[in-house]
Amino acid sequence: MQRFAFVLLIGSAFALMLLGRFDNVAVERVRLGIVDAFTPIMDVVSRPVSAVNAVVRDIREVVDLRTELARVKEENERLLQWQTVARRLEAENSGFRSLLTAKTETSSFLIAARVVADAGGPFVRTVLLNAGRRDGVSKGQAVVNADGMVGRVAEVGERSTRILLLSDLNSRVPVVNERSGQRGVLAGDNSEWPLLVFLPNQAQVQPGDPIVTSGHGGLLPPGLPIGIVASIGEGGVRVQPLVNWHRLEFVRVVRYDLPRLESGANGER
Amino acid sequence: MVNADASDSIGDRLAQVARNGAPGLLALLFVLLTLAPYNFPGSAQLMPPLALMAVFHWGVYRPDLLPAPLAFVLGLLQDILSGGPLGMWAAMFFLVLVVMTYQRRFFLGKKFVVEWLGFALVTPVVFFAIWLIGSFYVGAFVDPGALVVQAVVTAAFYPVMSWLMSAVRRLVGGI
Repeated sequence: MQRFAFVLLIGSAFALMLLGRFDNVAVERVRLGIVDAFTPIMDVVSRPVSAVNAVVRDIREVVDLRTELARVKEENERLLQWQTVARRLEAENSGFRSLLTAKTETSSFLIAARVVADAGGPFVRTVLLNAGRRDGVSKGQAVVNADGMVGRVAEVGERSTRILLLSDLNSRVPVVNERSGQRGVLAGDNSEWPLLVFLPNQAQVQPGDPIVTSGHGGLLPPGLPIGIVASIGEGGVRVQPLVNWHRLEFVRVVRYDLPRLESGANGER
Repeated sequence: MVNADASDSIGDRLAQVARNGAPGLLALLFVLLTLAPYNFPGSAQLMPPLALMAVFHWGVYRPDLLPAPLAFVLGLLQDILSGGPLGMWAAMFFLVLVVMTYQRRFFLGKKFVVEWLGFALVTPVVFFAIWLIGSFYVGAFVDPGALVVQAVVTAAFYPVMSWLMSAVRRLVGGI
């Protein structure tokens, strides 16, 4: 190995570390291009892995079948009650709406995608999806699965998307305590349970309080379920997300159009 | 006759190319497999960097088939796809390969335990560097606990991967 090549490569590695530390548009673009090129390959490589995961999950489910059945039966009973409530509220709501001649406020639709890479490590909490700009994904959009909110879109390529999970150190999501109506910010710290910060009054928070997105800032739709308050202590208020971080396979990107723009368009009509 | 000879030599040459490319392709596959989504608790934090084992192994046995610049590129790819600090694994893979290329005489012809011990000594050094670089990237010293566990898992995984790569090496031919 020639000394010159050695010094060159080590030097460029350290230069990259510095460049990556401070967001650089050119570096970011090259990076996105490479991620884009490799996402289809990651898609193929991750498929057998997903197949093995599915088999493991099936076995586990068969083992838990009886308890699961009991749980689902109970849940079904509870949900049937809710269904009655929801029907009544929907009828009531549409009645009110017709009285007010109000338009439906927002439109949002979902873009389904598969997780093709799960890059943990101690420094970042991100996953890579096999959908991108051509599917309608754009930066800042919320990502959910059947359980609740997963994170938001951090980077978008043509056919790949990097999701910043709620647990990542850089994740900040405006939320509201559904019970008390208090607003706050959900801040990740690379642990599994993010922190609830900027609360006006911590005394009003109780364990078990449901936390949902507040919709402030306009990028996220309000009311997306996130989690419940798990613990309140010296270290702050911790929220247990509804999402199971170890079972992220299929997710949906929420394409949400600002209510402001929508109502503006309606006003012009 | 002449044609048959020519096609034969082309076939030979293709086989040679395939054999020479095998270590690099295997290491690339290791990079991708390291980042695949495994659905068990802590998988993303504990998954050992498989390509590190490839770099160590080929550095000892066939550094001619996995040149240091290629190790650098593989590391960079891992950095880019993982979304973590850029240049981190690039520097690590590259340095480990260079060091192993110089120290390989010590390992050649020894029992496997010696090779494993060598890897078990290199791993903590690598992970300490990773911790420093990552902490610089994040802007604070991160909890080293997960990294310690990951380093142990990495060292424990080595025999399996080394066995796999030895099998490939026998196919490739050479030492």
